Amino acid sequence: MEVEHLVKRFGPFTAVNDISFTVEPGELFGFLGPNGAGKTTTISILCTLLTLTGGRATVAGHDVSAEPDAVRASIGLVFQELTLDDLLTGEENLRFHATLYGIPRSELAERMGPLLEMVGLTERAHDRVQVYSGGMKRRLEIARGLLHSPRVLFLDEPTIGLDPQTRTHIWEYVDTLRGEEDTTMFLTTHYMDEAERCERIAIIDHGQIVAIDTPSALKASVGADTVTVATADDALARKQIAQGLGAEGELTGEGVRLRVPNGEAFVPRLFDHLAVGVTNVNVRRPTLDDVFMKYTGRDLRDADSGMGERMRMNPMVRSFRAR
Amino acid sequence: MATLDVAAGRLGGGAGARSGALSRNARTVAMVWERELIRFRRSQARIITGLAQPLLFLVVLGAGLSKFIGSRGAAGVSYQQYLLPGVIAMSVLFSSLFSAISIVWDREFGFLREMLVAPVSRTALVLGKAVGGGTVSILQGIVLLVAAPFVGVHLTFLNVAEMIGLLMALAFGLVSFGIVVASRIQRIESFQVVMSLVVNPMLFLSGAIFPLQRLPGWLGVAVKVNPATYGVDPIRRVILGDKGALTIGGGIVPIWAEVLIVLAMGTAMLALAVRSFRRTE
Repeated sequence: MEVEHLVKRFGPFTAVNDISFTVEPGELFGFLGPNGAGKTTTISILCTLLTLTGGRATVAGHDVSAEPDAVRASIGLVFQELTLDDLLTGEENLRFHATLYGIPRSELAERMGPLLEMVGLTERAHDRVQVYSGGMKRRLEIARGLLHSPRVLFLDEPTIGLDPQTRTHIWEYVDTLRGEEDTTMFLTTHYMDEAERCERIAIIDHGQIVAIDTPSALKASVGADTVTVATADDALARKQIAQGLGAEGELTGEGVRLRVPNGEAFVPRLFDHLAVGVTNVNVRRPTLDDVFMKYTGRDLRDADSGMGERMRMNPMVRSFRAR
Repeated sequence: MATLDVAAGRLGGGAGARSGALSRNARTVAMVWERELIRFRRSQARIITGLAQPLLFLVVLGAGLSKFIGSRGAAGVSYQQYLLPGVIAMSVLFSSLFSAISIVWDREFGFLREMLVAPVSRTALVLGKAVGGGTVSILQGIVLLVAAPFVGVHLTFLNVAEMIGLLMALAFGLVSFGIVVASRIQRIESFQVVMSLVVNPMLFLSGAIFPLQRLPGWLGVAVKVNPATYGVDPIRRVILGDKGALTIGGGIVPIWAEVLIVLAMGTAMLALAVRSFRRTE
């Protein structure tokens, strides 16, 4: 998959602003960013659901503008919102999908069986989707996305709104799959722990890629641990630390936050120089949250606030409603 | 990598796959059709309301107004008898448009996207929807024939067969029209607006409820520009042995012309529907 200088505008609003990246065959590639950053828009273009305004994109060797049908035939999708038919059974939903993708009837059973087994829905296959739980529906969608052995599987926030247990399960399936089939996976998420699982991630904000690398390289680029110290008087503590240790702290709701190369070694020295009572100390290795902070100057969680509103403004949903 | 290439060759790209495109699209039409039938079978509420409303018209309105209106013509057709083909057409009208407008539901609940992202032609999807919606609405219309003996209408097998053919034309036209409407509707809430501003006027102006003779001038014109009129009139002619109530320039419009009008409208609407679906890309 190759994306070069991709641009997408909706009227005066630029949702995707000149992004370029390459995904290798078999890679698990992640898009990390707040809602409204352009993740879903990019996926929609790569899936041929939206047309691009500028640039070029190829998926599984096919140009998304010139050969949309060839692209469609080689990809699988698990959308953010459910796209199952509630009145049909799980099995019927899969059968419908198989027809759309031209899977011969003779092959259907042998493909469907193991997939249903994998997502643990064999016994419920003949129940209507109506009675499925949220997690079961999502698992069925994943099975469906894989039914036609796509070369590239797009997972757009596949675990959004699911409980932690189901999320863990889904990741187990994804890992199993990657062990068995050489499927390229393209994931968007705003969960840090999910982004950690990717081989490479691109951090996207305001329609632009601000960093792209392996999770560990990105974290190493932050180069510092985060020490948060809560005291009786944080403002005073911050001043004392600056004077005694030469470290510039930042006042947060939880205390004074410091970025230092070796957090564990720093803490004893911290105590030596603080004359105010310490109530709590926390040392944290760099996370992707810090990476996001470093490249965008914002906290990913802050960037995500007001997310419900932006979900409604989601360009893919909007474009479907506007017709 | 080798296995992937095999998969890609089978499912997309290469020349081998292209030859299968026709059969894949044909299977898609059949599958979309089957889905409509499954959905219909599983929505009991829809089946019941689909039956209740026409029967209410026939039994209550028909019985109530029969005394007031009395018999008509040499054959002595009672108002209730007159109403039977009307309510059959009404049932087809409602369920055709309802089936088509279910596309709005598909869009709202995401299933439309599952279809649009698949490597099949938009025409196959629209065609499947039209055939499926049509089948469902014909079934709803035919079921009402069981009421025929109770209002004193006696039908031959030929009548029924002719009527099924006419219902097919009517349903095809209406579903295609409905798909075009659905492609313009953005939200489910607009459905009520469509029902009161499109469906009800189409019903009232089609001659399903009252005879088309001796209408005030403006009403006569409104009736003649309503395409549904040309679907309802032939059904009544077949069921009641009527001589046809629609006159243009003094002569009675023949059944074949009426059917032709309905089919032409349906075809035009279907083409429009396919076009508006293409735009969704």
